[in-house]
Amino acid sequence: MNFLLLLPEISVAILAGCIIIIDLFVPERFKRSFPYVSITGLSLIVVFYIFSGLPSSPSFLQNVIVVDHFTSFFRILFLLLGIGVLFASGEFVEKHIDKKGEYYALILIAVLATMLMAGARELLTAFLAIELLSFSLYVLVSITRTDQRSNESGMKYIILGVLSSALFLFGISYVYGLLGTTIFDDIAQATINAPVNLGLLFGITLIIVGFGFKVAAVPFHMWAPDVYEGAPLPTTALLAALAKAAVFALFIRVFVTAFGPSISSWQTIILIIAGLTMTLGNLVALTQSNIKRLMAYSSIGQSGYMLMGIAAFSHLTISGLIFHISGYALSTIAAFFTIIVYHNQTGHEEITDYAGLAKRSPFLAISLMASLFSLAGLPFFVGFATKFYFFTAVAAEGFLWLVSLAILNSVISLYYYLQIVRQMYIEPGTETAPLMIGPTPRIVLGFLAIAITVLGIYPRFLVAGAELAARTFF
Amino acid sequence: MFWPDLPLLSIVLSTPAIAALLLLLLRNPSRTTIIGITSVSTVIPFLLTLNLLAGYLADPIGYKYLEQYQWIDALGITFHLGLDGVGVLLYLLTSIVSISAIMIGWKIETQQKEFYFFLLLLIVGVYGTFASVDLFFLFFFYELAALPMYPLIGIWGASTSFSRFTLTKQYGAMKLVMYLLLGSVLVWIGLLAIYVEADFIGFNLFTLREVTFSQSFQIAIFPLFAIGFGVLATIWPFHTWSPDGHVAAPTPVSMLHAGVLTKLGAFGILRVGMEILPDGAAFWMPWIAGIAVINIIYGALVTTAQKDLKYIVGYSSVGHMGYVVLGLATMHPLGMAGAVLQMISHGVMSALFFTSVGIVYDRTHTRDVTLLSGLSHRMGKTAGLFTIVGLASLALPGTSAFIAELLVILGAFARAFDGPWTVTSTVYLLAGIGGVIGAMMTAVYILRMLGSVFFGPLTDTWEKITDAGPRELVAAGILIAVILGVGLYPFPFLSILDTQFDAILTSSNVGNLP
Repeated sequence: MNFLLLLPEISVAILAGCIIIIDLFVPERFKRSFPYVSITGLSLIVVFYIFSGLPSSPSFLQNVIVVDHFTSFFRILFLLLGIGVLFASGEFVEKHIDKKGEYYALILIAVLATMLMAGARELLTAFLAIELLSFSLYVLVSITRTDQRSNESGMKYIILGVLSSALFLFGISYVYGLLGTTIFDDIAQATINAPVNLGLLFGITLIIVGFGFKVAAVPFHMWAPDVYEGAPLPTTALLAALAKAAVFALFIRVFVTAFGPSISSWQTIILIIAGLTMTLGNLVALTQSNIKRLMAYSSIGQSGYMLMGIAAFSHLTISGLIFHISGYALSTIAAFFTIIVYHNQTGHEEITDYAGLAKRSPFLAISLMASLFSLAGLPFFVGFATKFYFFTAVAAEGFLWLVSLAILNSVISLYYYLQIVRQMYIEPGTETAPLMIGPTPRIVLGFLAIAITVLGIYPRFLVAGAELAARTFF
Repeated sequence: MFWPDLPLLSIVLSTPAIAALLLLLLRNPSRTTIIGITSVSTVIPFLLTLNLLAGYLADPIGYKYLEQYQWIDALGITFHLGLDGVGVLLYLLTSIVSISAIMIGWKIETQQKEFYFFLLLLIVGVYGTFASVDLFFLFFFYELAALPMYPLIGIWGASTSFSRFTLTKQYGAMKLVMYLLLGSVLVWIGLLAIYVEADFIGFNLFTLREVTFSQSFQIAIFPLFAIGFGVLATIWPFHTWSPDGHVAAPTPVSMLHAGVLTKLGAFGILRVGMEILPDGAAFWMPWIAGIAVINIIYGALVTTAQKDLKYIVGYSSVGHMGYVVLGLATMHPLGMAGAVLQMISHGVMSALFFTSVGIVYDRTHTRDVTLLSGLSHRMGKTAGLFTIVGLASLALPGTSAFIAELLVILGAFARAFDGPWTVTSTVYLLAGIGGVIGAMMTAVYILRMLGSVFFGPLTDTWEKITDAGPRELVAAGILIAVILGVGLYPFPFLSILDTQFDAILTSSNVGNLP
């Protein structure tokens, strides 16, 4: 057993453990350093992981975990997103959350869970990794104990989350019962020549429902707006960027490897869900007045686009999907970062509260505009390149009609993103005092904005990475 | 021609881009700095364009100044730049209008830095669209050109209340952007359809031109480009965003909008629609000619009913764009050359029109023609500008519009009398007649406006107003020079345009249709 394969995960776990233990002994004023300790830790892990040389061929830890290009790509992405969330947390946690040690430890555990999800190669490991992520999120969502909205959304999230986990597990039991295995490759082998019977289809459908809950696909999306709104902002960022990307990473691996041969039986289900999800998400987003709810619906819409990639998988589509997920996660982190910084300064989170932001802080306004435009898929931001690549790939698989719907939806999404831009730039605000933004958010946000732009103009390296990761399956 | 070895097109593209970036990074730049940066960043492309133009005067055939850089290999997308004769003339138009617009914009007082940032971004988008050989980048720059209009109108525009309704700048800006991007939805879908149909060979114009798409595919897909790009070319009934956008926009933005942005749409129909899908174009063009005539006549009629100077210019612009579309729709060398010439002519003309309206509005703070009267007594030079542009607008011989509209109409008649008499011939005959009537109707509203605003008795309200200043006169003078230059000596332009459409016209089966 080569446990060294899990070294990045083990390191993150040790880091999380250390934070929990240190939290017990140090006085309150030292806890200010937790985010920086965590960030340093994760950064070291990323650096060591990249420089230790990524494995060129897949290596296995029994039948449980596989480390291939796909795993490596997402491990790095998730670590970086984790760092982003930690940076965004600092000041917010200082102000609003009293259990600082637990908060940072849970963020690290969530990152650990997402890394495991990227590498899982059998259904139960996948389930455990999802549960690890979900349980950290249940706590993180309701960690502001005194806030009623946070508690309510935490409760809602737990009930629906547990229900979806149960369905997922139920689906696994069908697959195992019929095929006698939970290992992805063996499932593929068992279904490669045999027609899919009704029982297996039932199992697969339940697993789709389970994933559907986790990525907030219509009609399993009801929890998302309430939870996004009620959760403390950095947790919302974690949900929208990291958790969504991780569930999709696992979704890709399960459906491309395990259920790839039986695609004809489930493709239509996902196509329909994709069409519904993108349309409903974007249409309902039009009516939102709270920026967190708006981002929730917009991220539902984004799930719809991404689902197309799973239904129409090929090397090109999966490359496009991985590319798109990376771009989406980056833009989302950038958008939430600005929302958090603004909230820290003013405590506002209604869209109309953004009136006059361009005058109070041109930097925040332009960063938020860049990340929203990137999410809408406009040049010259990364979202344009990822969307074009991804949509082209799906169209090449013969789903031009669905892509047309997606393109129409992305213009609809532009309408509500522009409403925020309108508030920031055009409407005069009631408050006019300039906002003071500390050096750390300024640097990190500047870095994110530059990354969104540079990757939009010159995406070759990211594309190469995504194509290499997708090469794992084809 | 100088420096044939330098990547001239990249330099033209990157000059305004670098200037925009510089403006963004400077903290509180002084007014002089801004004026310096913006002037340099618009004059350099102009000089380089003159240099580029020399190459086409020597030899007008084919794409020149090609540059190619890798971008995304898996989709066959490269950053591929190149200009043909049409492109270089539109470069000339863009560079002249942008210099003029930037000069007019120096008067903007709030958030100057941001204003120029967005304006330069728009200019980058326009240059990029005209020079893109790869359709991905054509689309990229096309959207890049459309998007800055939102903040430009939204932040620096003005809301106007009319007696029946109020047009807010928020509404004008949002309507404009939504129309343009909904148009681009169709374009994007069309591009993907071509990509799939051509067996995934990529988005390069040169390779796609060589592909023979089946006629049914061409007929099915061409409308996507005709309507998608047509929205930007203000074809009826997708034109209403344009006048509303003009009324809400500040003068320099209106200049670029009418002068350059609407040309992107016509250029897109020509470059993407007609070059790649010539048979689809041949099938649909009689219909589009009909729509273009509606544009001309309806545009003129609606203009006659307007009371606001900007609405007058905005709707007359819709009418004039009808000639561009009609010219393309003739699919005849005369008409298509006329269309490109009309793009240039209308580009400078409408920019000049908006400059003049801006001058009047700055002094009087109204654009209502029923309130304005006798301004020529106090604003002689402005009245002169208005007269010149008005006469150009009604296509007086000696102005660029005359030669352009004449060619378009001749092209329509040539198509009508070319070959045996069919339904199509009737359509083109009527279209040609419609073009002539439209030009006459233009005279009605132009002369009426000139008469009431400038040449009536001077009312007391306007006793103290001042005339146009030197900055405005220089900006207008550049544009007038083009109007008269093209009008009096169009031969270099015609010699370039003479051969540009051979490829399209020979590869389509224009002559063989019923």
